Amino acid sequence: MRQLAIISGKGGCGKTTLTAAFSSLSENAALADCDVDASDLPLILKPQVINRENCPGLELASIDPNLCTGCSICREVCRFGAVLENFTINPYGCEGCAVCTVACPENAVSLVPRVSGQAVSSITRFGPMAHAKLDIGEEASGKLVNMVRKKAAELADQYCCKLILIDGPPGTGCPVMAAITGTDLVLVVSEPTVSGLHDLKRAVELTAHFKIPTVACINRYDINKKKSLEIEAFCREAGIPLLACLPYTDITTKAMVKEETVIEYAAHWMDSGAVEFANIVRKLWEEIEMRLSESFEKETCSRALKIRKS
Amino acid sequence: MRIAIASGKGGTGKTTVAVNLALALEDVQLLDCDVEEPNCNLFLGFELEPVEEVNCLVPEIDPDRCTLCRNCASFCKYNALVSLPKKILSFPSLCHGCGGCSLVCPAGAIEEKPEPIGVIKKAPCGSPLTFLCGTLNIGKAMATPVIRSLQNHIDESKPVIIDSPPGTACPVLEVMECADYCVLVTESTPFGFHDFLLALEAAKALNVPVGVVLNRDGLGDSRVEDFCRAEGIPVLLRIPDDRTIARLYSEGIPFVKEMPEWKKKFEHMFGTIKGLACKNTGVQ
Ligand code: SF4
Ligand code: SF4
Ligand code: SF4
Ligand code: SF4
Repeated sequence: MRQLAIISGKGGCGKTTLTAAFSSLSENAALADCDVDASDLPLILKPQVINRENCPGLELASIDPNLCTGCSICREVCRFGAVLENFTINPYGCEGCAVCTVACPENAVSLVPRVSGQAVSSITRFGPMAHAKLDIGEEASGKLVNMVRKKAAELADQYCCKLILIDGPPGTGCPVMAAITGTDLVLVVSEPTVSGLHDLKRAVELTAHFKIPTVACINRYDINKKKSLEIEAFCREAGIPLLACLPYTDITTKAMVKEETVIEYAAHWMDSGAVEFANIVRKLWEEIEMRLSESFEKETCSRALKIRKS
Repeated sequence: MRIAIASGKGGTGKTTVAVNLALALEDVQLLDCDVEEPNCNLFLGFELEPVEEVNCLVPEIDPDRCTLCRNCASFCKYNALVSLPKKILSFPSLCHGCGGCSLVCPAGAIEEKPEPIGVIKKAPCGSPLTFLCGTLNIGKAMATPVIRSLQNHIDESKPVIIDSPPGTACPVLEVMECADYCVLVTESTPFGFHDFLLALEAAKALNVPVGVVLNRDGLGDSRVEDFCRAEGIPVLLRIPDDRTIARLYSEGIPFVKEMPEWKKKFEHMFGTIKGLACKNTGVQ
């Protein structure tokens, strides 16, 4: 089974739009929406939920008011200011470190488990999908991302999918690392803005670190052609194949409002602009599919590694 | 008065609104609290000066005193201490600085040493805008202490505009919690609406009054507006889906600078917020 992860240094680059489009092009790929902070893929793919599972988060302190004498020791030792004046716990502040439990002379504090979110398995019109819902105040953790990927892999087995499409989380932190480890190819979606190149570099550093073959594309390239050329030059130097330049268009939004992928939208609405855009996405997908076949792997991998030294 | 600019997700135009609002008002303080990816200064271009290093207390174990009882390693909830047969290994990047290990060490073998996790920087004195930004060091997971230190620099005599981190996790709540008003920036599209609802849920949990800025207005549909009308949430400003604005953004130019008519609109928005925030808190 092959795995493709789609990432971008920051949010709002069009990652999810592309993932959705790829899912309708590839048909019968399993999907993993690893943007667990704000999972948007379900809004287009309208999944039928088949199963939900709670993801455990950090524990939470809890004070037994019958035992507490109000001595305030817990308030003094808690470095996160999570014990409130009335000796209850602020759930958004508590890190579950357990210091208060050992400091309390009355044994009035204990740690209780807490749920940080849910991992969901479902079926969509293009294949099975796993995604997550994070609770308010909870950190997007690598743990939850791993759960989503595990569920996606199980679904892929069950439904005989040969490919898993991973919609990655934004940023370059722990959830992104969890989303790309062990994948066969990473597509970085870039944008020609002041931070675009910077974000791309960080993302590429990460994939080089994990030795994952990497390709890139530029979204809204015609907003700032000068910046797009800079990105192109960087890709050439780093040995990252730049597979497509997508134009600035309202087609993606129109398709989103209709709850369709751009590919479906182009097929349904007789809009020549949409057909043109869908064709660019289709070409991009063909390039990616080719690279997902074994023979390409080694070449792109070794070239991507070069930038680590420079 | 503190105004937090937030959104359920990155890339909706939070920084654009924060920067342009601050530039339109001039005599305000702007705080970039998106410490993992502080982007405001890309649009401001100040030569920033470091003013404070943010530290986290991490344990240092004295091998001569350590009896290898393993209390510390079994206490640590974040796996920042691992016991090996002959020593205790520490991983400072995983440490949350809770101080628990030194508390439970019976031998007094643990001393806490400050480890830098981030830095607070400031625009040079004499610049028209008071600007402060916090940067979390790469590879560090503790955004909240950096945000807290940044908030210690707030000058209460001026209105404060805070660019919040994206998402709905701890760091955003830290910012929203201390705000008098929260501006949620969103697009009226299915994605935008969904992310907006998440941010709204967070603001509601903290009881902060909210208003909405519609970015890329005209694109998409009216679902955010319909919702706001039904719920009595004011739409404070609409920024159209305009190619010039998008181009200026891509070049890192705040659009109030090139399109002066927008200065008035942001000033007007600020007036509205002042009225709404005061009504809510009963402050004059
Ligand atoms: S330390 Fe224990 S007894 Fe003292 S205030 Fe805290 S919970 Fe109550
Ligand atoms: S578990 Fe830690 S963070 Fe939570 S209240 Fe106790 S001391 Fe504070
Ligand atoms: S200070 Fe807390 S988090 Fe850090 S190593 Fe000690 S017990 Fe673990
Ligand atoms: S608790 Fe103290 S004595 Fe025990 S292993 Fe840790 S450092 Fe050593």
